[in-house]
This record gives sequence, structure tokens and C-alpha cells, in this order.
Amino acid sequence: MALEHAEVLRAAHLARIDLSESDAAHYLDDIRRILEMVDQLQSLDTEGVAPLAHPLEATQRLRADEVTETSLRDEYQRCAPQVENGLYLVPRVVE
Amino acid sequence: MTDKLHHMTLTETAKALDAGIVSSRELTQELLGRIDRLDGQLNSFITVTADQALAAADRADQCRAKGEAGPLTGAPIALKDIFCTKGVKTTCGSKMLDSFVAPYDATVVEKLQAAGTVSLGKTNMDEFAMGSSNETSFYGAVKNPWDLNAVPGGSSGGSAAAVAAGLVPAAMGTDTGGSIRQPAAYCGITGLKPTYGRVSRYGMIAYASSLDQGGPMARSAEDCALLMNAIAGHDSRDSTSIARGVPNYSEELSAPLAGLKIGLPKEYFGEGLATDVGNAIQDAIKVFEGLGATVREVSLPHTSYAIPAYYVIAPAEASSNLSRYDGVRFGHRCENPTDLIDLYKRTRAEGFGEEVKRRILIGTHTLSEGFFDAYYKKAQQVRRLIHQDFLDAFEEVDVLMGPAAPTPAFDLGAKKDPVSMYLQDIYTIAINLAGIPGISVPAGFSNGRPVGLQILGTHFAEARLLNVAHQFQQSTDWHLRRPEFAEENA
Repeated sequence: MALEHAEVLRAAHLARIDLSESDAAHYLDDIRRILEMVDQLQSLDTEGVAPLAHPLEATQRLRADEVTETSLRDEYQRCAPQVENGLYLVPRVVE
Repeated sequence: MTDKLHHMTLTETAKALDAGIVSSRELTQELLGRIDRLDGQLNSFITVTADQALAAADRADQCRAKGEAGPLTGAPIALKDIFCTKGVKTTCGSKMLDSFVAPYDATVVEKLQAAGTVSLGKTNMDEFAMGSSNETSFYGAVKNPWDLNAVPGGSSGGSAAAVAAGLVPAAMGTDTGGSIRQPAAYCGITGLKPTYGRVSRYGMIAYASSLDQGGPMARSAEDCALLMNAIAGHDSRDSTSIARGVPNYSEELSAPLAGLKIGLPKEYFGEGLATDVGNAIQDAIKVFEGLGATVREVSLPHTSYAIPAYYVIAPAEASSNLSRYDGVRFGHRCENPTDLIDLYKRTRAEGFGEEVKRRILIGTHTLSEGFFDAYYKKAQQVRRLIHQDFLDAFEEVDVLMGPAAPTPAFDLGAKKDPVSMYLQDIYTIAINLAGIPGISVPAGFSNGRPVGLQILGTHFAEARLLNVAHQFQQSTDWHLRRPEFAEENA
């Protein structure tokens, strides 16, 4: 599955990372080599093997649906790039 | 004794504090002085919290005066800069978090504080824990105290170098594919990666959530046991933390090893293993035979698929975890964004370093439409086969042993190609995929650079691993060797 230049640009767009054409060419070489290494997996027969997502196969624990956290908005917003009246500021989304 | 405070193990430090030979304030001042004099050459700390450390030391001394001290009260430690610390800069080695002051403490940090330890600061690391040499840090590479031309390993390279150099007796690291064990090996210290879920991940900045695990790095197995007693256990704030009783890890250390069944995975002694490293490991195995253990060869047939599976699963999880760094709520934000997409894209292009971007791109690609089954699902199927290899081996033997890394520490700048860097993790990475615990202990040298013996056990066998490692350290003195660097200006 040889990686194409356009696929690197597509991944960069999906991941919201600004990438110039020349940066993409640089990453293409490296990522191609990494994916060639990864392609060794294809030689292994995994027919009927269930995917393993959690090493102990634990399932998600549930707890009672109750409020356990108090509001610490001011504290959490202290590390924000830009806030006003308790709101996070970003460039205008809707004109 | 006080002229060699920096050589003491954590266990000896705790005893000296208990005996009143030294106060926590004196010890903290001594070590802060060493950091000040020596760390300019090593770069093992990103942030030194001298004021907070002295205040914590004073509290510990008062606590002791009142007769309320525990085993770790007043003992200095350091924290990998991946653990959130309230009111203290927490960078994860990234420009993205260069200005981030965490608004809360990680569970591990809370527990270590409750145990009375004194944190001297936050240690350097590969950016977002992605690296095997500490060279991907935004704050620059860390030097190996055994040889300043060598890397300390990664990603917990700052923690390993600081402990080896006598700047602090113990430090916390994290391990996603070998990031505690490989730097421990390269720096000649002892490092334990616990079973997945044994130590809470709450407040530990996520890289690959199904693999990440925090653990202790120190000068001996006995030291690691002391720290495990403080940090292990269930945490309701981490949904993958395991609700299971925690043993006293110090209690089993002295158990004799007669009858211990050791397996040597034949795949860990093949092509690519440096001769000196292989010889050091064989010598270590003889020590265990002398202690009454029996040794046999075993096979982990899917070993060669571990790195390929990891480089699908870890980047996939990373691409999802790191989507939170968007320049909106915390962390870096680009200048003058024209619209929201521009804000995201330039923030992330500027904030992340090259290795992090590479892994996000791989993860995004392999999870994208049309590729998911061929990569991610396939890798998770292979993960089960790797997991089964270990379960089968532990039917036959009690522990597995082999090298922690195929070579000793390599030179700074020596591995420019990412794939050759990734291959350094050949003996450590499968352990994270299987979720089992592993420990690296000093077992010799190759051209003056330390060699680490890795000991693996089945899930929740930490006490057994610490016992086996401790018995080795009662019979050898590799863990007591100190680099010349630690003597300079001391």
C-alpha cells in the first residue's frame, strides 16, 4: 500500500496541521518507510483472531450518574489563550 | 555520610532521614545545589521547583518532629514533565504546552505528596513521550551522565539522567513502548513499568492510552518497591485503572530464588544484539543460576511483529489524543488567525515538533476511510497474538529475561532515520502491547556505557519482579556504580 503525496496532504488536513507541499514531500519519504515496515503485518494470517483493544480485556466500569466535580471555570480558563466573560474566544465562525 | 548524600539510594535516604542524620531541608538544599551546578551540562530538568521543594521539605521535617513520618516523608524525587502539577508548568516536552500551568495534580503526584515526598522539579522528555533518545524534546536533548556524547534514552530520559547523575535519588517516568526501561538501561539505573492499569493515568498526559503506564525509576529494586507502595492502586478518575488489592511491594523482596523458573525468549538473543550486551546478559543469567534458578529457552513467536503493530496502534491513539491541542482552551495559539481552520492548522503546525507530527499523520492516515481494517484492525489482531505468546510462555516459566535494548546508549544525533530509531525498542515494545510488567536492572557495561537486563512477569507480578531484581542486586554491584560525572564538582 504505497502512500501517495495527496494522502499525506489529506491526512494533514484531517489532522488540522498546516503542511506545505515541500513539507509533505519530506514526510512522505519517512512515512512511506514506516508503513513499509508496518506492512509486515499483512504477511501474518489473522483469520478468526479477535482484535485486542485492552490488554486485560477489562470492560468499562460504570458509576452512579451524579455530580462529582465542582465548577472550576475560572481556574481552568486561567491557562486559556483568550477568554472574555467566561467564554473562550475564537475567530468569528458565523458571519 | 553527609558528603555523599547524592550517592544514597532512596532506601538509604529514607533511613538517613528517619535516623535524623540529615533533615529533608538539608538534603533538598544539597540536591538543588547539585542541580544548579551540574544540570547545565545534562539538561535533565525542564523546571526546577526550588521554592516549593524547600517548603515541602520543611513540612516533612515538621511532620517527622511530630512523630508522624511515613517511609518516604522528606525523600526528594523528580517528576517526568508529563505529570500534571497544580500551579507548576507542565510541558510534556512540547512547545505546544510551553506556557501551560496545570490547574490540577495528577493522581500519582497527589499520592507522592501524600506520602510526604519532596519534588525537586519536572524532568525533560521526548515531546509527548514520542521518542527513544530524548532528542525530540522542545527543550533540547538530554546528555547521558556516563558519556556526555551519548543519549540517555527516552522518552523518560531526563528522569533517568537525573537519577544516574546523583541529582535526585528517584524519579517518576512513563512507559508506552519502553520509555522507562530503555532509559533506565542506558543510564545504569533500575526502572519498572507496572502492569497496564496498576498505576493511575489520571493527570498523566496521554500519548497512547491503551499502552501508557507510569512507574518508578531509581537506583535499586528496593527503591522502586518503596515508590510502588506509594503510587499503585485503583483510581476512580481513571476508567482503565484496575480495582485490585495492592500488595506491600517491600515485603517479598527477600524471598529466596531457589526453584525460580527463568525463560530466555530465543527471539531476544538473535540478530542485531550487540555482542557485549549479549555477554552481559548471559553473565547475569549465571548469577541467577547460582541463586538456585533454572533456565530454559522459550519462544515468543510473534516478536518481530511487535514494532509494526505498535506503529499502527500508538500513532492511531496519539492522533486522537492529541486532537485536543487546538489553540482554544489551553496551550499554544498562533498569531492573528484569519478563521477557525487557520487557527487550528497553524497552531498545530507551530506547536508540534516533527516526530509528533509524523505520528499524528500516520495515525490519521491509518484510521481514515479505506485503511482502517488493513491497518488498525489488523494490528489489534496481531496484538492478541503477541499477548497470547506471553500467556503461553508464563505457563512454562515464572519470569522471562533478556536485554532491555539491543545496544548500549548510542551517540547523540546518530539515528536520523525514524525506522532505525524505532528498532531500538525491539525488546521493550511487545510488553506494552501485552500489558505485562517489566523491569530493567543494571547488568554491566559496554565501552563504559551501561547495559540493562530486562525481567518480565505476567500481569500483576510486580512484587515478584522486584524480588527477583532485588536478589540480583544483593549478589552484584552494577547498580551501585556511579558515573564519573556525578563526582565532578560534587
